[in-house]
Amino acid sequence: MATVEAAPVRPSDAAPKVINDMSIQIATVNGSGSQTANMVLLRAIFQMGIPVSGKNLFPSNIAGLPTWFTIRASHEGWIARRKEIDFLVAMNPDTAREDVLSLAPGALVLYDEPLKLNTLRQDLEFYAVPFDKIVAGVCPDAKLRKLVRNMIYVGVVARQLDIEMNEVEKALRKQFGKKVKAAELNWGAVTAGFEHATSNLPKQQHFGVRRLNKTAGKILIDGNSAAAIGCMLGGVTVLSWYPITPSSSLAEALIEYLKRFRVDHKTGKATYAVVQAEDELAAAGMVVGAGWAGARAMTTTSGPGISLMAEFTGLAYYAEVPMVIIDVQRTGPSTGLPTRTMQGDITSTAILSHGDTAHILLLPSSVEECYSMAMEAFNLAEEFQTPVFVMTDLDLGMNNWMADPFPYPDQPIRRGKVLSAEDLERLKKFERYRDVDGDGIPYRTLPGTDHPLAGYFTRGSGHNEKAGYSEKPEDYKNNMDRLKRKYETAHKRVPALVTEEAPGAEIGIIAFGSSHWAVIESRDQLEKEQSIKTAYLRIKAIPLSEDIPTFISRMKRVYVVDQNRDGQMYDLIRLMVKSKDIEKIRSVRHYNGLPVDARSITDEILSQELSN
Amino acid sequence: MSTTVEPPKKLNRIGLELTVYRGGKTTLCAGCGHNAITERIIEAFFEMGVNPTQVAKLSGIGCSSKAPSYFLNPSHGFNAVHGRMPSVATGTLLANHKLIAIGVSGDGDTASIGIGQFVHLMRRNVPMIYIIEDNGVYGLTKGQFSATADIGSKQKSGNINELPPIDTCALAIQLGATFVARSFSGDKKQLSAILKAAIAHRGTVMLDVISPCVTFNDHEGSTKSYAYVKEHEEALEDVSFVPYFENIEVDYDPGETQDVTLHDGSHLRLRKLDPDFDVTSRVKALTVLEESRQKNEVLTGVFYVNPAEKDFIEALNLGDQPLANLPEETTRPPKAVLDEIMEEFR
Repeated sequence: MATVEAAPVRPSDAAPKVINDMSIQIATVNGSGSQTANMVLLRAIFQMGIPVSGKNLFPSNIAGLPTWFTIRASHEGWIARRKEIDFLVAMNPDTAREDVLSLAPGALVLYDEPLKLNTLRQDLEFYAVPFDKIVAGVCPDAKLRKLVRNMIYVGVVARQLDIEMNEVEKALRKQFGKKVKAAELNWGAVTAGFEHATSNLPKQQHFGVRRLNKTAGKILIDGNSAAAIGCMLGGVTVLSWYPITPSSSLAEALIEYLKRFRVDHKTGKATYAVVQAEDELAAAGMVVGAGWAGARAMTTTSGPGISLMAEFTGLAYYAEVPMVIIDVQRTGPSTGLPTRTMQGDITSTAILSHGDTAHILLLPSSVEECYSMAMEAFNLAEEFQTPVFVMTDLDLGMNNWMADPFPYPDQPIRRGKVLSAEDLERLKKFERYRDVDGDGIPYRTLPGTDHPLAGYFTRGSGHNEKAGYSEKPEDYKNNMDRLKRKYETAHKRVPALVTEEAPGAEIGIIAFGSSHWAVIESRDQLEKEQSIKTAYLRIKAIPLSEDIPTFISRMKRVYVVDQNRDGQMYDLIRLMVKSKDIEKIRSVRHYNGLPVDARSITDEILSQELSN
Repeated sequence: MSTTVEPPKKLNRIGLELTVYRGGKTTLCAGCGHNAITERIIEAFFEMGVNPTQVAKLSGIGCSSKAPSYFLNPSHGFNAVHGRMPSVATGTLLANHKLIAIGVSGDGDTASIGIGQFVHLMRRNVPMIYIIEDNGVYGLTKGQFSATADIGSKQKSGNINELPPIDTCALAIQLGATFVARSFSGDKKQLSAILKAAIAHRGTVMLDVISPCVTFNDHEGSTKSYAYVKEHEEALEDVSFVPYFENIEVDYDPGETQDVTLHDGSHLRLRKLDPDFDVTSRVKALTVLEESRQKNEVLTGVFYVNPAEKDFIEALNLGDQPLANLPEETTRPPKAVLDEIMEEFR
């Protein structure tokens, strides 16, 4: 029996204290109220002016399964996920052992005393906290203790990392809003944790936060809320949806905003219709019907729903009906990883349905773009009379991101080529599918337009320019060529790509969507650590810009970053690149269900560079 | 002086000729029951004086679903995808609830591939006329049984249907449709009266019309042939319709005849063959349907009407102006709203 403990070895002991650059991971049990505690910590650091990001890694479960929340603070403003954990809060007995064993040496571990985690490793710094004992003292009602218990670690973490307690209190009161009694009870738990740490725990010398001024005026928001606000200001009038993670919170946020801000004051009547449909087939069908009849209509879904919407999407493409589909992408079908992130629907959605279909996809990288692109999607859908997809993902949609407040739209709503009864009276002629303006976009009328010329019959592929039924080869081909012209016009009107050049750079990186944040950090790592300069091209929309092959031709090598196994965007880009440049394009693929991090990109690029 | 003056064309109450209500030339088989239904639809909309530009015609896929291009040329029409017309119709009415929507489906389009959307359309009481042109077979794919084919009915090839039919009327009543009837494409008088009453109703009208397929299901042994239906049809009532704009006072015996005032003030008058029947009772409706099934009758007539039930548009609290026409001032909240929301995320 060992009676003498070996002296702990902590490699970081000698190193200077790291300020405002760390990751805190909180491991809890789903359904234990830890989300509120985590948000209080996140907000408190944010309020101290330090750039933060919060990532929730949660199970497909209501209560009982493990969940992890990662808070990253970065004075440099990096907000992508970071793999390395500096401070673990181990609250979940089921995962604690593995959580501790996976830490890098020198990390700090705050744990529930009975778990005795300090015996697992010698190279970490452990803080044991008797949560049950402390909670019993601050929460007389035994039934509430499970929920209040987590607030104790907020106080302990605050003390250990120098998070200012007045900011913690402010964050907590904001989080609880009007529930003053609950706020009091929880604040009691926070202070008890803080006091316990002050009296019982050694003050650590490795990591800390210190007030900065880098978040003034900024907001913290999830992409789904941001997109919902965009939809409301985009003038949505019909939402039909079917619940699916991770898109449900978008629809639910939108419903709340519509109830608050889109009910006519004078009449008390709604200026919108929301239907929770029986399935995604019906959700898409209602959007098609509503779009045809003149509503700004949308649905919101994720991968499995996209599969079910394929048929209607094809009909809307051929029949030329506007619809907006927001796809909050996730991993895979049905059971397994529906609560993990992926850029999984890029190739399938770009050509969703049967026959010759080609869709407009908007690819937001940030919460600001979730907002602005959701809004713009309605304009593009009505202008091009076609489905428009906004491809966000779980990481953007359900995690909290720092952003500047969103700007109010400075341009009016665009409703496309719609002829009124007065227009028809003046024109004396209406042919639904004729390319009058040479841009491939025909004019349409809405049902109910009171003019004898207004009516037309809508069907899938078999129609001539007058919308008459036709199976003639030349009519079909003529129509398909016009649809192609329409798509060519869309090239010029979808959000333009962004490039960030670096003088003398020979290596390019192409990315889209939520990968952006890891890519910009990776570029910084490549330059600072390896002196490798990179040029960066960020794609914001499909159809893909002709500037992409030009960018590739200027570079020696170009890495396309995808958050999927098969390099979906990589494949689409290869299709448009000249054969002499094909060899230049390489693929960086991240596909473990977690948001991509900068180190993974950097390592992959370096490894491919070395094997040159 | 001249003796060759043409007789004035008959105009309806909004001054339109019958020809305005016609559509393209039918491409269905000669003698198809669907063509007879098309004629009745044309007459009903003409006689009711409905402005055809205010009508939306919708359909799924199949022989039945071709029909909307054969009536009401000035109306907007949408031939959607198989079994999914209900969702397209629902969306159309969300965008513009002032439209008079008529959906034409078939037995396959409704009771097989479309049963899910059918069920939810009924449940929502979406204000529209939903017609099933019901012949018990898939015509366009050459005569396979549909889910409304009766047990024991014989296919042209000799196969016997072994599975019970789905009774779309019983289903619609149970689910919440507020006007449910069955008719026969060969019963001109009854079908006309029901169609006009359907136009006068606000809420989901579910009208199943037995409409024999002369090519694939009109032979000996079929229970959806002209001969079989004629022989087995039992009318629940003698249906007549008095539009609100024709103030005709007719004496009737309330014990024998049930009068239902519809949404627009028109009257549906049902001279009942069974004095105990009450067209406003779901229980009675389901009972007569079950009794007729046990007797192998083809029961027709209006089974259930409820003019008072809230429709989907009322349930959604929509205003008078269609959502499709709302101006930007209404659909885009002012900057102060965005500022208020942004403040909440600080």
